[in-house]
Amino acid sequence: MRLLSAFLVGLIFGTGIAVSGMINPAKVLNFFDIMGTWDPSLAFVMGGALVTTFLGYRVVLRRDAPLIEARFQLPTARRLDARLIGGSAVFGIGWGIAGFCPGAAIPALGTGRWEVVLFVAALLAGLWTARRLQDRLAGKGAMA
Amino acid sequence: MTGLETAFTPLQSLAGGVLIGIAAVLLMALQGRVLGATGILSGLITGNAPGDKSWRAAMVAGMIAGPLLVLGLTGQMPELAVPVSWPMLLVGGFIVGLGVTFGSGCTSGHGICGMARLSPRSIAATITFMIACGITVYAIRHVFGG
Repeated sequence: MRLLSAFLVGLIFGTGIAVSGMINPAKVLNFFDIMGTWDPSLAFVMGGALVTTFLGYRVVLRRDAPLIEARFQLPTARRLDARLIGGSAVFGIGWGIAGFCPGAAIPALGTGRWEVVLFVAALLAGLWTARRLQDRLAGKGAMA
Repeated sequence: MTGLETAFTPLQSLAGGVLIGIAAVLLMALQGRVLGATGILSGLITGNAPGDKSWRAAMVAGMIAGPLLVLGLTGQMPELAVPVSWPMLLVGGFIVGLGVTFGSGCTSGHGICGMARLSPRSIAATITFMIACGITVYAIRHVFGG
């Protein structure tokens, strides 16, 4: 049940990424290239996704618990710290260099293009390295 | 370096965006989680219980099947053009991996789910990565690329 629902959620997400044009780095980079070959389409992707999620969450989060799991697991961090802002700035730089963000690159693997495989391999290497760095930073004191 | 022209597709992009939103709402309704590609991937490659990894793998499989469903329904693979050299893809991919881990999320987790929850952290993160991406594209295409 859990696997089937996760697969279906992934399928709807991946189809949305494909239909919207987020899957296409040329289109993504053009959204940011206002001084050049500008293509404002991505504003419509963000707008459609945001309004749908905002309205849907208002209905769903009124319930006591989700359907499959025992409780909602919402992010609890509150602080606007240097790690959040610095990390996000670094992400933006990488996004601008490559034209893929993680949520677009995973569905893009389905096109079978070697460029996507290359990007995702580097992305996984970056995720893994950052996790090791975080563990090391956290482990300086208490944890091994 | 100038970009490839791409067509303005407001209706298709809006429809795709609504699908992305439906996926996010469904995951919250079913599993009570925000739909963030960063969290799903990093949970898959690091630690955690095997039961936790299997649903993440199923979701990734579903995501990868998305373009194939579009191919099946329309007879055409979604358009994908990469106006970037392969070393830039490698460098960009690695940098994205570092940034989203320290920033605790990406376009889906912060930009859609977090913003929809009106989370101040997600709003700050989204503004930051949008501006950083814009400056990077401008620098690459109009400053260094000429």
